[in-house]
Amino acid sequence: MSLTLTAMSDSAVTSGQQQWSGSGPPPRPSRGPYISAITNRTTNLGIRGAMLFSVGVFLALVLNLLQVQRNVTLFPPDVISSIFSSAWWVPPCCGTASAIIGLLYPCIDSRLGEPHKFKREWSSVMRCVAVFVGINHASAKVDFANNVQLSLTLAALSIGLWWTFDRSRSGFGLGVSIALLATLATQLLVYNGVFQYTSPDFLYIRSWLPCIFFAGVITMGNIGRQLALYEYKFIQEKTHQD
Amino acid sequence: MTLREQLREKISAAFYRHGLLCASYPVPIILFTSASILTCCYPLLRLPLPGTGPVEFTTGVRDYSVPSHEPQGDLGERPDWYRGPPVAYIQQVLVKAAVSPWDSSLVTVDVFRSPLSRAFSLLEEIRNHVHSDSSGIRSLETLCLQVTGLFPGLRRMQSVLPEHGCLLVSPGNYWQNQRELFDSDPDLLKTIQKHEPKGLHTSATLRDLLFGVPGKYTGVSHYNRKRVVTYTITLVLSSYDARFLGSLRARLKQLHPSANCSLRDDHMVHVHFKEEIGIAELIPLVTTYIILFAYIYFSTRKIDMVKSKWGLALAAVVTVLSSLLMSVGLCTLFGLTPTLNGGEIFPYLVVVIGLENVLVLTKSVVSTPVDLEVKLRIAQGLSNESWSIMKNMATELCIILIGYFTLVPAIQEFCLFAVVGLVSDFFLQMFFFTTVLSIDIRRMELADLNRRLPAEAGLPPPKPGPLRPREVPPPPRPSPHTITLQTPAFRNLRLPKRLRVVYFLARTRLAQRIIMVGTVIWIGILVYTDPAGIRTYLAAQVSEQSPLGDPGGGGLPPHLGVAPVFRGGDPTSTLSIHPAPDPTPLPENQSQGHHGSARAGPLPQAPPAVPQITWGAEDEEGWRRLSFRHWPSLFSYYNITLAKRYISILPVIPVTVHVSPQEAIETRHPQDTRHPPPPIPKVSADLQTDLTLYKVAALGLAAGVLLVLLLFCLYRVLCPRNYGQNGVAHGRRRRGDLPCDDYGYSPPVSEISPLLLRGHSMDIECLASDGMLLASCCLAGQIRVWDAQTERHNIDFVGGATEPECLGSEARGPSVSGDGLSEEEDSYPLRHRTAPARPTLFTDQPDLTPLIDTNFTSQPPSHLSTPPREGFDFGGLVERAYIEHEPPSNSTYPSPSSASSSPPSGATADWESSVWAMELRGNLIAAGRSSGKLELWDAVEGSLRCSNEDGVSGITALAFLNNRIVAARLNGSLDFFTVEINKPLCLLQYRGAPGRGSMPPSPCYSSEDVISCQLTRSVQCAHQKPITVLRAAAGRVVTGSQDHTVRIYRLEDSCCLFTLQGHSGGITAIYIDQTMVLASGGQDGAICLWDVLTGSRVSHVYGHRGDVTSLVCTTSCVISSGLDDLICIWDRSTGIKLYSIQQEVGCGASLGVISESLLVTGGQGCVSFWDLNFGDLLQTVYLGQSSDGQGVRQLLVLDNAAIVCDFGSELSLVYVPSVLEKLD
Repeated sequence: MSLTLTAMSDSAVTSGQQQWSGSGPPPRPSRGPYISAITNRTTNLGIRGAMLFSVGVFLALVLNLLQVQRNVTLFPPDVISSIFSSAWWVPPCCGTASAIIGLLYPCIDSRLGEPHKFKREWSSVMRCVAVFVGINHASAKVDFANNVQLSLTLAALSIGLWWTFDRSRSGFGLGVSIALLATLATQLLVYNGVFQYTSPDFLYIRSWLPCIFFAGVITMGNIGRQLALYEYKFIQEKTHQD
Repeated sequence: MTLREQLREKISAAFYRHGLLCASYPVPIILFTSASILTCCYPLLRLPLPGTGPVEFTTGVRDYSVPSHEPQGDLGERPDWYRGPPVAYIQQVLVKAAVSPWDSSLVTVDVFRSPLSRAFSLLEEIRNHVHSDSSGIRSLETLCLQVTGLFPGLRRMQSVLPEHGCLLVSPGNYWQNQRELFDSDPDLLKTIQKHEPKGLHTSATLRDLLFGVPGKYTGVSHYNRKRVVTYTITLVLSSYDARFLGSLRARLKQLHPSANCSLRDDHMVHVHFKEEIGIAELIPLVTTYIILFAYIYFSTRKIDMVKSKWGLALAAVVTVLSSLLMSVGLCTLFGLTPTLNGGEIFPYLVVVIGLENVLVLTKSVVSTPVDLEVKLRIAQGLSNESWSIMKNMATELCIILIGYFTLVPAIQEFCLFAVVGLVSDFFLQMFFFTTVLSIDIRRMELADLNRRLPAEAGLPPPKPGPLRPREVPPPPRPSPHTITLQTPAFRNLRLPKRLRVVYFLARTRLAQRIIMVGTVIWIGILVYTDPAGIRTYLAAQVSEQSPLGDPGGGGLPPHLGVAPVFRGGDPTSTLSIHPAPDPTPLPENQSQGHHGSARAGPLPQAPPAVPQITWGAEDEEGWRRLSFRHWPSLFSYYNITLAKRYISILPVIPVTVHVSPQEAIETRHPQDTRHPPPPIPKVSADLQTDLTLYKVAALGLAAGVLLVLLLFCLYRVLCPRNYGQNGVAHGRRRRGDLPCDDYGYSPPVSEISPLLLRGHSMDIECLASDGMLLASCCLAGQIRVWDAQTERHNIDFVGGATEPECLGSEARGPSVSGDGLSEEEDSYPLRHRTAPARPTLFTDQPDLTPLIDTNFTSQPPSHLSTPPREGFDFGGLVERAYIEHEPPSNSTYPSPSSASSSPPSGATADWESSVWAMELRGNLIAAGRSSGKLELWDAVEGSLRCSNEDGVSGITALAFLNNRIVAARLNGSLDFFTVEINKPLCLLQYRGAPGRGSMPPSPCYSSEDVISCQLTRSVQCAHQKPITVLRAAAGRVVTGSQDHTVRIYRLEDSCCLFTLQGHSGGITAIYIDQTMVLASGGQDGAICLWDVLTGSRVSHVYGHRGDVTSLVCTTSCVISSGLDDLICIWDRSTGIKLYSIQQEVGCGASLGVISESLLVTGGQGCVSFWDLNFGDLLQTVYLGQSSDGQGVRQLLVLDNAAIVCDFGSELSLVYVPSVLEKLD
């Protein structure tokens, strides 16, 4: 619930505030001696990949917990173990995927030659992550009358997320394609019995998975772009220097 | 669009007026806002606090009917949750069973084996009980709560808890309710223990669930001294049927009468459970909160250019939070009780409402012109952003309204909250935040005003005008102002804010007290509200003691024909010597001598031979002794939540079972007898409780120690490390007569006394020193040379004379009338005479005295102890100072005399242009003029040795190293000059050996040498824009320019080695030293450290908002000051900011490092000394009696730990004795 709302109102807030938030220089943390390391391209890539990976793993664990809670309101005392109850490979997979996505986005931006300029600030990124978690929260906690309603709401929320924090065509295209691929992969896994959901409703799964994936891709892309901003800046300066 | 424009106009005007209003009446508006916030939050008081335990409501059984769903207004005492049917009715059958009479041939297992076995027959009885009357036949099957499978995650419970059918729980569940399994179980306790969780557990255990009483009350153990086993059979019913339950109760009572039981059975208790937050739910919650805080952090970080950044950030957060509280309060007021979990949706609400508006407002207001009045600034800022704020607001409201029509109840509720929250947020922004902002901005301006006020308001106003005509001597001042300490009031003003806060906290011990009070309150609340806490514990204690205090527990039950006897093997029996007549003597007991059972009761230590089954008040509601998570966890195993619902607990059915010893022996398992008797039965029983006690104590102790350590760490982190040490170091000095401030902290004392060197008539422009001589140049173009090597003089001055080392000279300002010319003429011969032999010069120099005299009359008498005359003589003796020239800035002033006095090189001094740069090396002064002329003066004789007019563009900076001079010109070109002497250097160091080996060897030029200055190379376009900084060291010349680049040249061949790019603004400060470390600061606030050898950038940090004005390095750190009045100290090797010092607004930007740990900064009429290790202000030395806005712009640190700074038209020489001591 919070989500539709959040995303929509966010889009409203941000559209109006774009002019000032865009104008302010992004915060520049003082990194000191690490700067040489950051300017090194491979090291930088590695650092960013590792950060994105950890973010992905963390989000996967937390959101998985939310999904576990989906039908449960009260837990037996030994539920802490249920954080890790799903297969061990799920969080690493999510982490890897998010690292790839987070690196892919800035890469595609630079390939297309249209650097992403929209709201490049950490506060906006944080807002994006919050909305993403909120979308998951809503899908897990809110009782919808039927699946159509659920999927429509989630779809609207995801689009709202994209509009609020991304607004780039490349981002949208990449998001949709990755979401479709991921859904396909998940369905294949489910068919092969590697993975299964507590709720066997096929349509049900199909309805919310792509939306969540899409929102996740947008979020990770946002983080990845923000991280890449540092490298971009430094490389720019370096070229000046030469 | 005209309509839109009109609307825009109107909104803008309205906001403008509103801004005026807010800024005009800040206090009433803040009061009004606070009042409305409190009013709106008032309904929240009625909401239950989160985190408390379940609540109960008791009704009578007789007239019980299932409450209706509709709230009934008249039933005032009914809680509002008491609506609709409960989740379930709990009927407990409380069984107390004992083997009686006790036979000493029985083993300990018999205490509970046969009593437990009775559970199976009771279960049969209950299951098969059928009540039939006119309305039909009812059995348990029809009434009980049917469960359909355990929660999936509980596979291991499968064998124990019923999976299908009635939810009926008893100890029999351990053995699948099958008597055969029970009988064939060799070790009952092991079976029971098998299901207990390992380690620490807080919620209900399986044992509690099945027995229905807390573990220690069951009596199922080897150490049961009472030999009474208690357990319950718990029936969970889905519907209430009074007749069936009545008949069941009657049947059980008939089968197993409990004669002495007087339990009340007319009350049923409804227990309502709050929503419980498990760890699993907590993790996502915590995650969202972390994200929320990150969002707030990154948002508020953008607040800028205000007086108190933290204050405004706090106000912004308060605005958002209180708008949320207001929305909840308002919704509650209008009957919309929140059903959503507030904690869960709260972060999302904050994200929706957002801090953006607040930041937009701040940014808009601070970007208005500073010179406007506060009111107007606020109003303008508001009206500038009014349109976007209104637009956003309208859009958000629209979207939320759309969300409201999704018709999903949860979303609707969220929307409702969000709408009210948005509106109240808007209200608060407009009233609360705007007003706070206006106060903040006003404070900033007040701070500016304060700065302009003289520090010593009580003194007469300072003499106006920088020009001080010689004829009018300044009024005598009570001089040498060694104002190390102001009066307390002033110290308050001068104290940095952070110190004041620390002092305040330290004085009041505020933090400790708050923590203590908070802890006490918290513990109190915890203990009181926790259902498993002290209330129930006390109740249990009281009820436990009652049977003990009551002899015989109200008399023996009549049906027990057997009086209790002592067990033979009981170690306590030797202690109990009370005789008890035993009607049924047992063989074992006879040998011991029997004692009356009547008196056995009062002895609690003696286990009764016949276990007494007593029914006390505590049995009436035995479930109270259970964990308050007992019922929720039982139901949660079947995936039924009790959160926000209630269950009804029916009065227990007491069942008393007596098992005969024969039966007990019959039910024995063959292995039971083989069981070793308990080693130390009694002690271990006590030991168990003791052990838990010890555990708790140990845990508490550990927690306490941890807490103390944590607080200690916090203290160390928060408080300065050398807290209070400053005073200790100087404690021996006149501690007693020091004025202390209000806080009782006296500052460190050292006698730092500024010496004022007067002589310049206008503000001093340039300062240069080579360690021995000090040259200064004022706006009027006068260059004066002072002896900077003051160590000797310092000794001489011990007598107290702090007279400035005066400078013999004709101090003629431009305002001097025409007779100044003649004086000048007079003075030239004087100068020439003085040059050759200095020591003898002053003693027989009659011409000089009047000049000195005139100078000294303008000086305040120094220390009172020193007669002025003596001081004067003294000064004359010691001084070796010579004027170089005194070119009047007046261009109409012809100066034939100076021309005539110029050296034979034929160079003529240029009087018309001002000196822009000056360097002193050896005894040569290089002066760069605005006309582009480079002049070399003899510092000893004051004669112009040569001049070079190759360039026409003004010289902005000079560097003089070895025999090379580098001049940077206004047009960006860089000229390299070589100073050539046609005679070899005179190596005679007539000024005495340098005190320190570190002093660079300065070539000396004798007056006979012919010095020529040749332009060796001119780099025409060194920079595209004017060169702002020029530094030379270690054979390198570094230039910084406004074109954002730094260039490094080699001094020998003037070849450009590197062009360093990295700044995004003009270069404003450069530091280079002998170790080839180069630091540069720019207008972008960035500081770069470079490796001069390779030209690579070592680090790049952003420290300042605005220009970096000054940079200094020590061996371990880099110190920078900026236009933002911040001094930042960076670690030199890692580039990490160690700390920063916020100075007062508008203080000078000059910096100097005296030693590795002593930093000196110039301020308004004062210099401040800082401890570099800790960032503490050591002392502020006021240069004059009144800090009349003369800032210290230049600051030179001399080798002998003295600092020279300009102070208007005067030079101030400050010794730092403590450093001297250290150095010596």
